Amino acid sequence: MRILVCISHVPDTTSKINFTDDNKVFDNQGVQFVINPNDEFGLTRAMWFKEKQNATVDVINVGSSNTEPTLRKTLAIGADKAIRIDAEPIDGFFVAKQISEYLSSNQYDLIIAGRESIDYNGGMVPGLIAGLSKINFVTNCTSIEIDNKSAILEREIDGGKEILNCDLPLIIGGQKGLVEESDLRIPNMRGIMQARQKPLEVLSPFSSDFKTNSVKFHKPAPRKEVKLISPDNLEELIDLLHNEAKVL
Amino acid sequence: MSVLTYIESNKGKIKKSAFELVSYSNELAKQLGTELVVLTINVEDTNELNKYGVSKIIKISNSELDNFDSKIFSNVIAQVAKHTNSNHIVISSSLDSKYMAPLLAIELDAGYLSNVVELPSKLNPFTIKRTCFTNKAFCESTIESDIKIIGLSGNAFGAIENETNSSSENLEVSLLDRKITVKSTEKVSGKISIADADIVVSGGRGLKGPENWNIIEDLAETLGAATSCSKPVSDMGWRPHSEHVGQTGKPVATNLYIAIGISGAIQHLAGINSSKIKVVINNDPEAPFFKAADYGVVGDAFDVVPRLNAKLKAFKAQNS
Ligand SMILES: Cc1cc2nc3c(=O)[nH]c(=O)nc-3n(C[C@H](O)[C@H](O)[C@H](O)COP(=O)(O)OP(=O)(O)OC[C@H]3O[C@@H](n4cnc5c(N)ncnc54)[C@H](O)[C@@H]3O)c2cc1C
Repeated sequence: MRILVCISHVPDTTSKINFTDDNKVFDNQGVQFVINPNDEFGLTRAMWFKEKQNATVDVINVGSSNTEPTLRKTLAIGADKAIRIDAEPIDGFFVAKQISEYLSSNQYDLIIAGRESIDYNGGMVPGLIAGLSKINFVTNCTSIEIDNKSAILEREIDGGKEILNCDLPLIIGGQKGLVEESDLRIPNMRGIMQARQKPLEVLSPFSSDFKTNSVKFHKPAPRKEVKLISPDNLEELIDLLHNEAKVL
Repeated sequence: MSVLTYIESNKGKIKKSAFELVSYSNELAKQLGTELVVLTINVEDTNELNKYGVSKIIKISNSELDNFDSKIFSNVIAQVAKHTNSNHIVISSSLDSKYMAPLLAIELDAGYLSNVVELPSKLNPFTIKRTCFTNKAFCESTIESDIKIIGLSGNAFGAIENETNSSSENLEVSLLDRKITVKSTEKVSGKISIADADIVVSGGRGLKGPENWNIIEDLAETLGAATSCSKPVSDMGWRPHSEHVGQTGKPVATNLYIAIGISGAIQHLAGINSSKIKVVINNDPEAPFFKAADYGVVGDAFDVVPRLNAKLKAFKAQNS
């Protein structure tokens, strides 16, 4: 079985978000970049398939050379090969198109992406790849088992979950549940050494248009001070929620 | 050139989120100088929609569509969009709609933006505001393609009442083969889901253990609220993963979010920040949540929450 994991390189969850250049560009000064958390759950599940079912695991990223430390980290965790398509990701469609073009000349049985990246939160790349490459697609995926050419998956739905069955090839949008938090791996010294020897292929981008564009950013207006209510006067809280906030 | 919006239903009943979606789409149609067409699938009674200014409804009835399938549904909506000649399609932020949207975008060669929170600020180029960086920022984004798909964030716009008469058309569509089979579905019965809730009561590590969750559940019941929790609470197995909210869990965009025994870590706040009103109950006045909340009570949850619940019950009894 051949698995491809899509890796998005995103600001660490504790990052302070700022913009420069007249609020047109994300300010990466002092920001630490990590593997997108949803993708990391997927990568870790892919490692399980590698160890238990003999899968090969490649990872792919559409991005500039800045993303290479993140790709090296996936190799240190255990991926076999990394592919970087050398282009600034303009929008979700552009990224999906690049990966879909790559897939048209490289066969995989399972493609694992995250349900969304925590920077732009588009939540569309895996679905767009599925549409472009005409393969089965399950997002909000919290569990996957593969038997031969068929997959059993669990998908989170509003207010519950469902169990699905479909054939490979398949692309999933993964999230926590694929593996648990405690299963995530920190690369060890041996992994880091091995990663240096593993292939990291850089490909030129395929020609593609884009459909949306992020023009300008701004941060939410600063909040008013919190109104503190004494624990001995909870009627006041109810009154404020009812008459001032009008949410009761 | 009409605006098309697909509204979801549950066992033939229109979902509450539909009224906001329809209100938004109506305003969008006005802005574009065109009319709104609402698509329903397997909804018998669409009368409720008249209250929100809907004048044209397309109804599809087909028992094969009782179970959601993203591929089949996106293809159906694409067929309807072609039939109504719609260049703007508005959908909700439910998990099903978000699942389907990118497939629809490919079917229609459309640009899609999710997490939209306002009407377009400009039509040319089509510019619209959405949240990004998990609610830590907003982004003005353009859609460059002719056909545009707008995924509206929940509780971003509100429902606007505007009584009208509507006409409806029944439409036959062809269905793709089902490639993904649903083997079973499990819904937490009798409980309101985080996505549908107006109020969410959330518990954190401050509650000390799963055995203490009755105070959260009792308060939620009084308020008709959904329950949720912080990440460590679900990691430790005190509560199911489906209740984990925050940057790596579910987003919450509700009218009222009540955080009990939650410190307010940046990753937690990111996911719940777009809720309108936030209340925090925490015994540590230094907890960061107090900087993000509208109302706060510094106190012991085990003392405050049961008393608050009793007072709310009395309040509800008086006001109903
Ligand atoms: C990559 C990453 C992603 C993350 N994603 C998320 C996410 O999506 N969602 C999320 O929630 N977290 C997330 N976190 C974790 C986050 O950083 C915090 O650790 C977590 O939110 C803390 O949960 P908590 O507030 O329940 O617990 P704590 O931080 O332990 O806070 C407990 C609070 O309860 C209060 N308390 C204690 N006893 C009482 C009492 N008797 N009455 C009232 N109050 C009391 C304490 O004062 C304290 O403020 C993430 C972390 C990382 C690194």
